[in-house]
Amino acid sequence: MTDRGREVVFAQAIRTALREEMQRDESVILWGQDIGVYGGVYGATTGLQREFGEDRVRDAPISEMAIAGVAVGAALLGMRPVVEIMYADFLMHAADAIANQAAKWRFMSGGQFKVPAVFRSPAGGGSGYAAQHSQNIESWFCHIPGLKVVCPCMPRDARGLLKSAIRDDNPVVFLEHKSHYTYRGPMPKEEELLPLGKADVKREGTDVTLVSWSRNLLWALEAADKLREEGVSIEVIDPMTLFPLDLDTILESLAKTGRLVVSHEAHAFCGVGAEIIAQVVEGHMDLLKAAPKRVSAVACPLPYSEPLEKAALPDADDIAAAVRQVVR
Amino acid sequence: MSEQPSVLLGYLRAMWVIRHFEEALDDLFGRSLIRGTCHLCVGQEAAAVGACAALRADDQINSTHRGHGHFLAKGGDPRRVMAELFGRATGYAGGRGGSQHMAGWDIGFLGSNGITGGGIPVATGAALSAKLQNTGRVVVSFFGDGATAQGAFHEALNMGSLWTLPIVYFCENNLYAMSTPLRSHSAVSSIAERAAAYGMPGVEVDGNDLLAVRDAVATAAARARGGEGPTLIDCRTYRFLGHSKSDKREYRTEEEEAAARRRDPILRFRALLLEQGHASESELAAVEEDARNLISEAVEFAQASPLPEGDPSAKVYAP
Repeated sequence: MTDRGREVVFAQAIRTALREEMQRDESVILWGQDIGVYGGVYGATTGLQREFGEDRVRDAPISEMAIAGVAVGAALLGMRPVVEIMYADFLMHAADAIANQAAKWRFMSGGQFKVPAVFRSPAGGGSGYAAQHSQNIESWFCHIPGLKVVCPCMPRDARGLLKSAIRDDNPVVFLEHKSHYTYRGPMPKEEELLPLGKADVKREGTDVTLVSWSRNLLWALEAADKLREEGVSIEVIDPMTLFPLDLDTILESLAKTGRLVVSHEAHAFCGVGAEIIAQVVEGHMDLLKAAPKRVSAVACPLPYSEPLEKAALPDADDIAAAVRQVVR
Repeated sequence: MSEQPSVLLGYLRAMWVIRHFEEALDDLFGRSLIRGTCHLCVGQEAAAVGACAALRADDQINSTHRGHGHFLAKGGDPRRVMAELFGRATGYAGGRGGSQHMAGWDIGFLGSNGITGGGIPVATGAALSAKLQNTGRVVVSFFGDGATAQGAFHEALNMGSLWTLPIVYFCENNLYAMSTPLRSHSAVSSIAERAAAYGMPGVEVDGNDLLAVRDAVATAAARARGGEGPTLIDCRTYRFLGHSKSDKREYRTEEEEAAARRRDPILRFRALLLEQGHASESELAAVEEDARNLISEAVEFAQASPLPEGDPSAKVYAP
């Protein structure tokens, strides 16, 4: 029997993954600010404390350094902590624990330890949360060997990837988009694990390869719809995991299309788009029929006022315009 | 409690092992046989050995940038610690970690740490594991007085106490954060006083008195094991040498250093054993000689060990 699944919001997909993994494995434990009775600011942990108790679902003080650092220590000793950092901007408080401790402990000990911890955090703009509550800092963590970085968009993917992240023996930074928790999409009833480091082709096409992730993927899909009406066939790829990056899926697509556009909500300089394009150009120039393009945010702290924020962030029109340029 | 002479001699030997290890390193570094940097704990041996003497073998500790002594006191093999410093394949981290980044899983040495205060939350997490897994284990987190100015110290102690974790926060207070004296980096003159802010006992102990350190940690460990939560120990000691190799020690006087040397924890303990009739002069001399030989062998082992080969990025990720 084929399970056609049901529609769930993104937050529920996260909650489902946490709940399933907690039921399956006693070593999976959660803490973070206001994740208990409150259920986390975006409701990703609603009801879990009631179901699993205060030992396994803990409200933590406003102490990101300790929230993340305690996760490292617990992970070294065989637990599988999944901690929530309320906003990705606050990951900077936790940066030592994630970048200097979690990412390096295995290496520094010559492989004696593993660090199976997940650091979940809402990132991104679009909701008027402004400069200190809107950043997309996935590229910061992609630059730290020892970490894996996941940025899902579709609820189904979020659940399958979070489950894999929890079971992974390495530290994973799992970035959820804060304007996306109420986004609705299908999710199968049955358990589903999606491997880290594997991209997904969200739409097949033949003229242009369009790579995008997190909430920005929605604008990529919207642009693809628009351009289909103009007779341009776009293959949309969601890497889902940014590190390790599944370049092969992108290359397979480029073998068909020869044209590449990468779009992300973070700004361009030192962004993941730059890395993807560099890897393609460096090793696979022969696949390209046109210079690749990036579509990303303006390099500024995200402004509060709606027209300014909109002007700073990429949208479907910006992506469509870039695609038109590469197929010209 | 009556003390077993063999146990007391064991403590003395462990302190000499650390002293000779560090002095050998000082010499090797001076001859450019060791690269990078290293931070020596000469003068602080009673803190490391006293604290570890109070622990069970399956208890765990983590340490700081000045961590060789803790590693050895917890039972680390001097040959493999030395090999790590020589960057050899036989070192605890296969040459990947070096002085400030090494660990010994099998002996409960969770790791040293190059980030001041960075290990305190990690130790707190290890204690959370011990509690949730009902292992009965206790964790001791070593850090210096300088680390108590870090936010990580505050966050971790608050959380450790709030969650009643089986951990001992052990401040190895050598009175200097690198060159900055305690009076210039801490608003309170006693680190132990800070414990009140976290609702845990704060205990000051003479860190050059091995038995006093051991007993203070034993009390704190028993409290932690009994489910009563953490203790903050302010262990007063002194680093005889500089912060690191580049340190000319211009921030303190020769008189101050000479006075500290007169409180040498090893000589003091040695004198105590002699005075109380636990050991004869020849037994005491033999213990030191034994330690000296062990370190000579460790240096030979390290120098004769192969250098690591292959992919430098191996062991970044778990399979």
